[in-house]
Amino acid sequence: MSTTPAIGMDRQPRAALAERCLYYMSMMREIEDRIERKLYRQGKIVGGVYVGRGQEAISVGTALVARPDDVMLPAHRDLAVFLIRGVSAGRIFAQYMGREGGVTRGRDGNMHMGDLKHGIVAIISALAATVPVAAGVALALRYTGIDGVAFSYFGDGATSRGDWHEGVNFAAVHKLGVVFICNNNQYAYSTPLSAQMACANVADRGPAYNIPAEIVDGNDVLAVYEATERARAYARSGQGPYLLECKTFRMTGHSAHDAAHYVPQGLFDEWGKMDPITRLETRMLAEGWAGQDALDRARAAVHREVDGAVAWAEQSPFPDPATLEEDVYESH
Amino acid sequence: MSTTYLEAIRQGMWEEMERDPNVFLLGEDIGVYGGAFKVTAGFFEHFGEKRVVDTPISEAAIVGAAIGAGLMGLRPVAEMQFADFISCGFDQIVNFAAKCRYRWGAAVPLVVRAPSGGGIHGGPFHSQNPEMWFVRTPGLKVVAPATAYDAKGLIKAAIRDNDPVIFFEHKGLYRRIKEDLPAGDYTVPIGVAKVAREGRDLSIITYGAMVWTALEAAGRLAEEGVSVEVVDLRTLVPLDRETVCASVKKTSKALLLHEDTRTGGMAGELAATLTEAVFEYLDGPIVRVTAPDTPVPYSPPLEEAFLPNVERVVEKARWLRRY
Repeated sequence: MSTTPAIGMDRQPRAALAERCLYYMSMMREIEDRIERKLYRQGKIVGGVYVGRGQEAISVGTALVARPDDVMLPAHRDLAVFLIRGVSAGRIFAQYMGREGGVTRGRDGNMHMGDLKHGIVAIISALAATVPVAAGVALALRYTGIDGVAFSYFGDGATSRGDWHEGVNFAAVHKLGVVFICNNNQYAYSTPLSAQMACANVADRGPAYNIPAEIVDGNDVLAVYEATERARAYARSGQGPYLLECKTFRMTGHSAHDAAHYVPQGLFDEWGKMDPITRLETRMLAEGWAGQDALDRARAAVHREVDGAVAWAEQSPFPDPATLEEDVYESH
Repeated sequence: MSTTYLEAIRQGMWEEMERDPNVFLLGEDIGVYGGAFKVTAGFFEHFGEKRVVDTPISEAAIVGAAIGAGLMGLRPVAEMQFADFISCGFDQIVNFAAKCRYRWGAAVPLVVRAPSGGGIHGGPFHSQNPEMWFVRTPGLKVVAPATAYDAKGLIKAAIRDNDPVIFFEHKGLYRRIKEDLPAGDYTVPIGVAKVAREGRDLSIITYGAMVWTALEAAGRLAEEGVSVEVVDLRTLVPLDRETVCASVKKTSKALLLHEDTRTGGMAGELAATLTEAVFEYLDGPIVRVTAPDTPVPYSPPLEEAFLPNVERVVEKARWLRRY
């Protein structure tokens, strides 16, 4: 871990950044724990559940770097992107519950949500489909003279898809401002990385497109933050896209119904010791950025906030079936 | 001066690009080279590389990037070099573009131009009519003009539309037909069919290049005293059921014609629509003239046997007239 502060950061802003990182990582963890371990088991989540437990540092460390004019294209384990961009936790719970108050008003479920008011484009289930879309977003930003970049998120498995390669190549050829962010959690559903690709790292794919590629410890939120600053600065400079591979581990099954018996227990044990939230808290205590009582208070506050969000979502009505055929096309 | 179908599409795009700086083109070989069919010849020189974007051979990226740009408020017009290659961008069109508005309220103004159709000895991968893949995908609009007037008016309407539009332009018509176009700006509304020829005895309902086949057949049948009405759908989605049903209510007989293959073709949907809406007006079975359920063959005798033609339409119409 670097001992020198990032450029332009003295100790105090660094403590403040750590606090924000901890808040969003804790919110993501708590929201997804409620969804997967409580509401899903209570039958209140009507469909699939995909969480990013153990991977929170990636969506937090990257999205906190984004500026208001940047456009986010998160994947299905990047919940904190939504929180950081101002989507309320209540709307997220309502989304999972298929309620009117959900981000897609019951039209789609789980992490399949987007809201252009918050600069977020919704994923579809076909992985990597948003990668060429991110290239188009970046093209539009340049076209219209907006000083922003596209943040394109995907997992390791998505890099096997043609859409990924077409999108990265397109962005590279046209020197588009895209930060490509891979959460390499080492499993695509039940398929381990070694059966997914013949190269050791997703970053190894970068040279084929003549774009810079960097590997970062995806469980160290401050390292992710700093790497994202480099990536964003490069993408914004007009030199083209930047590939950031965040090494992490999926501390769950693929989805709530998957117990992940195919993952050796030793891997869970090993990566459990590198939990990004525990690591950050330990660092905050060691650096004197916070005391234990402050961390306890922060955790309690997150619990209360999430309680309120669940209650809000539960009072949100289900959508009216009479609206079934609305919004397929623009209404006139 | 007469304007060809190809020139009409060119003019439509040119005028829209002059009118709206957010309209831009992307596709393979469309810039410096001017497009495989030269539809975009001269655009690069006039509008520059920012608005005429040459792309890698990458249909998923072309459509995907167009979606991203559309979400951001631009109005991209993406060219598939041949409609046959649209399958490479299929997921982006049917799963991404088509569903954005319904899922999360995001408009995707996007035109995908797809040069389609046979009769040019293009073989199985340069001759297809893949419109039904998109007709059955809610969220997409699908247009297929038959005339130069409609080609210009519909490409302009498609560019101004706030939903994704798949624009099937029949490449067999590019330089084959021409007509005088009005000076100045006009559009043809999406979703409105046209009676291309009025008649009393039976209706031929068709679209695209087959409109011309239908009109020629109608001319021959008129010499035999059979009065044929030809309905040009112009738009497949949204389908103008009113015009189709009004024609069949008048003539009581329907011959459905398309160049696309038979099973799951537009004719099936039209037949079901007519049966549901105007069954009691029918004086005979609804009949189809379509390509058979085969790939599009290359060799001229095979392709001629594949494509519906005037003789087959006349023969079927005579049969239906006598029924």
